[in-house]
Amino acid sequence: MVPLSYYLVLSGILFACGVTGFLIKRNIIAIFMSIELMLNGVNLSFVAFAAQWHALSGQIFVFFVMVVAAAEAAVGLAIIIAVYRTRETLNVDRVNLLKL
Amino acid sequence: MLHLIVFSVFGLVCVAGAVNLLVQRHPINSALSLVIVMGSLAVEYLLLGAEFVAAVQVIVYAGAIMVLFVFVIMLLNAGEEERSKGSRVAMLFGVPGMVIGSVLMAWVLVARSGTGNIAVGALPGPPKVIGWLLFHDFLLPFEVTSVLVLIAIMGAVVLASHPGSKQPDKREG
Repeated sequence: MVPLSYYLVLSGILFACGVTGFLIKRNIIAIFMSIELMLNGVNLSFVAFAAQWHALSGQIFVFFVMVVAAAEAAVGLAIIIAVYRTRETLNVDRVNLLKL
Repeated sequence: MLHLIVFSVFGLVCVAGAVNLLVQRHPINSALSLVIVMGSLAVEYLLLGAEFVAAVQVIVYAGAIMVLFVFVIMLLNAGEEERSKGSRVAMLFGVPGMVIGSVLMAWVLVARSGTGNIAVGALPGPPKVIGWLLFHDFLLPFEVTSVLVLIAIMGAVVLASHPGSKQPDKREG
């Protein structure tokens, strides 16, 4: 028997790691992976709450979060490729102009 | 007891992978540690009984999405991350604030929330039931997400397609 709060603490730690990575990473792909980490942390809390309240809707929402994550990854990585093509860098500090 | 041990082991692996993602400088190392995080999260889902979610987590997240990431890293030949100087205010207030906030949150959740225990496989989510729910109760969100995915595919194709011969004309004008 594991208390629900342990799952929530684990999901909170994962989310905090994602936020930290989003703030401190300088590589645009690593920033993207931090966002995926945040989404994973939220998914864990969805499943844990679903088990706590015996409601399967929580697990359904995980699928929707996964779909959004997949769509976001596809569009975001396309944007990264487009940015790299025009600027030749992946460092977000160097990407500071809207128009070249 | 065994439940708690398995939970702790895979929780620790999960957190170690997340921290490794932050520490590593090369994006490919970060991507592989993210795969570890997702794999151990799938085990946590299995412990909660969500077997279908665990399978989809491995197939979609650790499989498809991470392959996309690794593919882009290889395609762009991403090298080591450059270290840039962060602001001092962020180091002074951000890090202690983060630590204090996390400890406070963990303490409130563990000591004060009074939530009950969850047994092994507390809420089984077999594919049959999940599919029934998706196509009955959640039919409208399901269809809306299919439109979202369609738009995302078109957006990705448009964004990643090569500018081609149109680019020189624009610059001349």
